[in-house]
Amino acid sequence: MTNFDSELLRKISMDPKVNRREFLRTTIAAGLTMSAATSLWSGSVAASTPQRGGTLVQAMEGSSATSSLDPITYTNTYDANMGYQYAQRLLGNDPATGDYTFELATAIDSTDGGTTWVLKLREGVTFHNGKTMTSADVVYSLNRHRGEDSKSGAAGSLTAITEIKASGKYEITIVLDSVNADLPFIITDYHLLIQPEGSTDDGMGTGGYVMKEYRPGEVTLFERNPNYWGDGCYFEAVENLAINDATARTTSLMTGKSHLITRVDPKTAGLMKKNPKIEVENTSGRAHYVFLMQTQMAPFDNYDLRMAMKLAIDREEIVKTVLRGYGSVGNDIPINAAYPYFDSGIEQRKYDPEEAAFHYKKSGHSGNVEFHVSNAAFSGAEDAAVLYQQQAARAGITIDVKREPADGYWDNVWMKKPFCASYWSGRPTQDQMYSVAYKGDAAWNDTQFQNDKFDSLLLSARGELDGAKRKAIYSEMGMILRDQGGLICPMFNDFIDARASNLAGYIRDPLGAVSNGFAPMRCWFEA
Amino acid sequence: MNIATLIAQRVALGILSLFLVSILIFVGTEILPGDVATAILGRSATPDAVANIRRDLGLDDPAIFRYFHWLASFVQGDLGVSLSNGQDIAQSVGRRLQNTLFLAGTAAIASIPLAVFLGMVAVHYKDGFVDKFISMTTLAAISLPEFFVGYMLILFFSMTLGWFDPIVSLNDSMSFLERLYAIILPVMTLTLVVLAHMMRMTRAAILNVMTSSYIETAELKGLSGGVVIFLHAFPNAISPIINVVVLNMAYLVVGVVVVEVIFVYPGMGQFMVDHVAKRDVPVVQACGLIFGGIYIFFNLTADIISIISNPRLRHPR
Amino acid sequence: MNSLNFHTIPWSARIGMVMIVIMVFLGIAGPWIAPYTNAELVGDVWEPMFGNFLLGTDNLGRDMLSRLLYGARITLFIAFVATLISFTMGAVLGFFAAVQKGWLDQVLSRGNDTLMALPTLIFALVVLSVLPANLFTLIMVMAVLDSTRVYRIGRAIAVDIEALDFIEMARLRGEKKSWIILHEILPNALTPLIAEFGLRFSFAILFLSSLSFLGLGVQPPAADWGALVKENKDGIAFGISASLVPATAIAILTISVNLVADWLLSKTSDLKGGEG
Repeated sequence: MTNFDSELLRKISMDPKVNRREFLRTTIAAGLTMSAATSLWSGSVAASTPQRGGTLVQAMEGSSATSSLDPITYTNTYDANMGYQYAQRLLGNDPATGDYTFELATAIDSTDGGTTWVLKLREGVTFHNGKTMTSADVVYSLNRHRGEDSKSGAAGSLTAITEIKASGKYEITIVLDSVNADLPFIITDYHLLIQPEGSTDDGMGTGGYVMKEYRPGEVTLFERNPNYWGDGCYFEAVENLAINDATARTTSLMTGKSHLITRVDPKTAGLMKKNPKIEVENTSGRAHYVFLMQTQMAPFDNYDLRMAMKLAIDREEIVKTVLRGYGSVGNDIPINAAYPYFDSGIEQRKYDPEEAAFHYKKSGHSGNVEFHVSNAAFSGAEDAAVLYQQQAARAGITIDVKREPADGYWDNVWMKKPFCASYWSGRPTQDQMYSVAYKGDAAWNDTQFQNDKFDSLLLSARGELDGAKRKAIYSEMGMILRDQGGLICPMFNDFIDARASNLAGYIRDPLGAVSNGFAPMRCWFEA
Repeated sequence: MNIATLIAQRVALGILSLFLVSILIFVGTEILPGDVATAILGRSATPDAVANIRRDLGLDDPAIFRYFHWLASFVQGDLGVSLSNGQDIAQSVGRRLQNTLFLAGTAAIASIPLAVFLGMVAVHYKDGFVDKFISMTTLAAISLPEFFVGYMLILFFSMTLGWFDPIVSLNDSMSFLERLYAIILPVMTLTLVVLAHMMRMTRAAILNVMTSSYIETAELKGLSGGVVIFLHAFPNAISPIINVVVLNMAYLVVGVVVVEVIFVYPGMGQFMVDHVAKRDVPVVQACGLIFGGIYIFFNLTADIISIISNPRLRHPR
Repeated sequence: MNSLNFHTIPWSARIGMVMIVIMVFLGIAGPWIAPYTNAELVGDVWEPMFGNFLLGTDNLGRDMLSRLLYGARITLFIAFVATLISFTMGAVLGFFAAVQKGWLDQVLSRGNDTLMALPTLIFALVVLSVLPANLFTLIMVMAVLDSTRVYRIGRAIAVDIEALDFIEMARLRGEKKSWIILHEILPNALTPLIAEFGLRFSFAILFLSSLSFLGLGVQPPAADWGALVKENKDGIAFGISASLVPATAIAILTISVNLVADWLLSKTSDLKGGEG
């Protein structure tokens, strides 16, 4: 697929009115054959026919000796990838359209316009221990992530759910406290894996691979599940290596010790491309890097100072230098064209040292502005901070870059210091992204953004079923956040993976790195 | 006072040290700011979830009570379970410790005889070309940051020549030789890192006793230089040499975090750093005490060898 | 042994001295002679040496020569001050313990053992992530951790010397302990201690680079030489020479220091030979 094709595909598929049928009609009208359009839709490049066999070795970042197998504790790419191999969700995500797909559920419908949802479950699916999956397992698995006592990373997004109950052996009903048209996307969260009733950290599920051994911070070993109900899963075995050093991941791939690696440094991606045995796969998606000003904390409770800081950053230069072009400029909202209902008409904020100096003077702030960073926030954060320091200096603003230790960064710096760097991997919908971090009472409101208008617009969008009106509401919210908020979003970063050339079937999935964790299911070795 | 009493005294002091270390570790982990609950959850920490974890872990009991409870369990071999992932600490630490001792032991076996030998050779050819050459090459090796040395070895031996693997993956089905082969590059890195220090101390210590009158006597007796160095000077210089060897042995066990990161080696260092980051106090305490115990053991060995090798210390006033 | 004897200094020590003088000069004058500042972007990422820039550019496109010159000052300063403090503390306490003996020796030695029994790098990691990140904390952490090693070696040497006859003679003469330390033990212990200083200074530079590797160390955009190696390490696997430049600088500095230390070592042991 050429870049143009994928660009076209993305533009079309991002149109909220386009569903699969319309997509096919549009592309066929554009001159593509039916089969070509279908393969575009599925995103797969039919270069070779899938072949069984071999052991896939993936080297990923994120796992540590403290990691656990319990889905409640998952926080990173390694965990999510591991989870998808041994277990499955009710609904998945389509890499090309961003729409939801069916995994362990076969149908989802709302009986009353978005408050009560009924899901039909797939029948005849067995867990690795031989037990047949029923609604009791599903209710148990979902409820583990809910409620006051939950330690789950998914708990925040499930607060609107008032009840999950079995309404048949292969049917469950989910009741919300108010209308939310996005519920299907909420249950695509990677924590919400279906396990047999009573399971916590035993690695039991219905997935295409059976877990053989789990050594936290080292390796996870899988073998193919002979009783798997679905398609794909071509490897006999899979090994997930936990490698947190970027150079070690690179050397493991280059010497053939691994076949697929995550988080390739943008600087070395270009060098890697020169190696004929290696392909670099960069996927633009929803992940973004952020500089966070706490709007309720001095000195950033001052509108003009926030505006000055937003105008004093040269986003283009940072994307060019830190991301080496593997990404796109941000616009101080956490939303980009990868989201449904995105308004491309919102004006791009540009680097303007004079305007920044004007606002800075007006703010009355004096002295240095302390900016806390660590490469734990995102790889290249310290470099970005140093660039920002230089750029702001041209507007007469002195930034004092404080490098914080990676150890304890999320504990001691994030949401504690008035100005720090962080990242977001994005959410399937605008509603989820705004609900999780920008709504006034959101648990992760890391800019302490308080705006009543913004919050009420967010609630009204949930019940708005007219696409055009919904888009207008999100556009207005974007404008409010962009101008009033404490968020500086310099860039949306690509996921950069690299794979061995003989690893076929890799799909660029905008929802996450290593094909959103589905490489073991989607890929195979070419002869 | 005979040697046995003296040694018994040292052992008693070692146990006292271990006790002090246990207090230091416990107090240290107590005052460590940051909370295991928020650290476990990382970015996923909602206030509710934090409160729940804190309650579950019983972090509200008094410190002195927890210290003695901890120490008593530790002595009985019950290390408890990890707060962050519920794994049995004795089991997970045991595996990591085994790996660490394997790497450290192999590096020690490779480097200590080499360092002492090179040190003696350097003394034998004092100020000559061989002496200078040994000095220069070992110095050059430790003059570089260890991660740089490691990456250069990877570039040369695995990227260019393809002889060894750049990352270490150990599993239970490997034979001893396969394991040795897997850790060649980290062992080379560690050997280069510790060689110069031990070799130079050996050289300095032997030179120091070479000026003594009994060495001159030996030389006057017509013994060859090599024999004098090996049989007369070396035994008398053993105390400072043992000291520096012990320092380096301890370093090989407890100080190789960076090498573990580079070669993705599943050892104790990275294990402990991970748990410090998560404020997983029981694991940090267990690792700290094990590291402390190992260090004190080496230290004790050095002391005892010093006592045996120094005739004057055997008969203090 | 006086200034007239310059010709008796071996060539190796002369080279070492010249290099140290040059390094110290660069450390002081670096910011003025550097073609650019240490933070500005001047070219593309990882441009090769001898092209547009003498030593090429670094991982962000900053001039490597300028970064190296700015880094000289901070590297030399931190390593030297930390080593000096650790030697003063470690050696004084070590000698004192050896001469004093008894309960004071026990308290000091057990305290020292306790500190040493903690894994250095992890201890530094914890302390540096807890205390405010500034130069003073960094130097003190390095010095305290290092002084435990110096104490141990200092005490071992002093105990050996202490067991010799001339110390007993001095004691019988009724000399004070401080006099014994200064006039008898110090001159005799200088030999191994000076050799140790050179190595410890090198280790201080390397320890600093290990800290940088683990994300601690000095604040950006300033960078010690070890941090410069670390910043450019990702290029090593691709044969990019950027990290070679600061690594070579570290190697030249540590080798020079040790060449001079070696010469001092042989000089002092001659002296001691005369006395003994």
